[in-house]
Amino acid sequence: MMKPVLQAEKLTKIFKSRGREPYTAVADVSFSLFPGEKLAIIGESGSGKTTVVNMITRLLDPTEGKIFLEGEEITAKKGRQLKETYKKLQMVFQSPVESFDPRRTLGDGIAESLINNGMGRQDARQEAIRLLGLCNLAPEYADRYPGEVSGGQCQRAAIARAIAINPRVLILDEATSALDVTVQEDILKLLTELKDKLDMSYLFICHDIALVQNFCDRVLVMYQGRIVEEGIPDEVIRNPKEEYTRNLIASVL
Amino acid sequence: MRKQKVKKNHLKVRLIIFATLAAALIICAFFSEHLCPYDPYAQDLSIAKAVPSPEHLLGTDRYGRDMLSRVIAGSKTSIYSTLLLVGFINLFGSAIGILCAWVGSWLDSLLMRISDLFLAFPGLVFALAVAAILGGGVQNAIIALAAISWPKYARVARSQTLAQKETVYLRAARLSGCSTFALITRHIIPNIVGPILVTAMLDIGTMMMELAGLSFLGLGAKPPAAEWGSMMSDTRNLLATHPWVTLAPGFAILISVMIFNLLGDTVRDWLDPENGGR
Repeated sequence: MMKPVLQAEKLTKIFKSRGREPYTAVADVSFSLFPGEKLAIIGESGSGKTTVVNMITRLLDPTEGKIFLEGEEITAKKGRQLKETYKKLQMVFQSPVESFDPRRTLGDGIAESLINNGMGRQDARQEAIRLLGLCNLAPEYADRYPGEVSGGQCQRAAIARAIAINPRVLILDEATSALDVTVQEDILKLLTELKDKLDMSYLFICHDIALVQNFCDRVLVMYQGRIVEEGIPDEVIRNPKEEYTRNLIASVL
Repeated sequence: MRKQKVKKNHLKVRLIIFATLAAALIICAFFSEHLCPYDPYAQDLSIAKAVPSPEHLLGTDRYGRDMLSRVIAGSKTSIYSTLLLVGFINLFGSAIGILCAWVGSWLDSLLMRISDLFLAFPGLVFALAVAAILGGGVQNAIIALAAISWPKYARVARSQTLAQKETVYLRAARLSGCSTFALITRHIIPNIVGPILVTAMLDIGTMMMELAGLSFLGLGAKPPAAEWGSMMSDTRNLLATHPWVTLAPGFAILISVMIFNLLGDTVRDWLDPENGGR
């Protein structure tokens, strides 16, 4: 059997604050992402999807559980150690424009990770332009500011930034949710192309089950911090086992 | 859209005018020794308390020193001390603020409580006490004013940094492998420098007055040094009979403070996102 590239083992996050009941945002979530796979996590807002992502990207410490990236445990990594992790794990955010520094050009934003990983300034710029081309953006976009381009163009630049250092896993956190339907389709097409070219795995966070049906190989349905259902999208949609999944499908179709 | 553009152009003109005036003031102050028509320290009792005339445009004081020369010579002390003071508290206060916001936890609480302590005293009274302990002199007046005014910058820098810390692009930069140092210098500082700069600009006028105020009370520059505040204090009992000797440095303060305040206001409008500022 293939080894998973990313693995979550019994992840639990309990938020505790003074004077309030502890709140369990994520409970006992386990899943594996295999090489070349497109795995979706769907669920309504508040279901714990984002908390899972935040734990995997090490923005939040899990209360319990472990995370493995290519077999190596990253649960307790901090500071400088994370730089190595981020070479293999990258992310595209929901709001493309906000994910770039408003005072720096898109080209600078893309070149940043290359420079941080030892590439010269000049080379990094050339590479940034090449990456923009890979994402169907003309070289002049390297000199634009995030506020000067459309959401779709900015999201392409964000994808260019995420793939700059050849990650093994790309997390797409509602990466198409803020875009028009037509632009959404373009982005998904681009992502499909890139996956084959660059041999990545996708963790696709989404609330739209229809989108998942066409794009992903496997889907996890989250509800109130737990995974309530897992399977191939077509099967889950045709034959939902849980009440919640049925409601979710009914709301779209 | 068009209206906005007109407003922006109007702003640009204002910015250029006030920036030029402020620059002129700073340059004049720098070359003050060469601009004085007479030696500002040369006494000539035969022409003491002379009325303004073509030879002495602002008259002379009770020792017969040319007032125009003294006002020009005083600009160096007054303006450069103020700029030094504002520059120092700006850097120091902002550094503390960024540190507090970034590290958080107990360090944040500790430094912010200390700053509260400084803010709890009425500003000038506290500066007076500090200056009195340290003794007179421009240097000590600067230290006294720095001690009371850094918390403001720490507060501004702290709140701005806290806001930036939560942004998506900072997370993206972290994922790009930026170290903490790179995050602060490349992303946080460029994004918070605007509000801090505006605070500093608007503070130049206030600081100039407070510095002159300390000198007026005898806790800043000492006579015979030409400094606007101490010159006013020096000549205040001549106000009724020979008003020009007191009014000349007074107007110098007024004009300088106004130029820097107007410049600060304009820069604030310029950076305001509602005007499409960067």
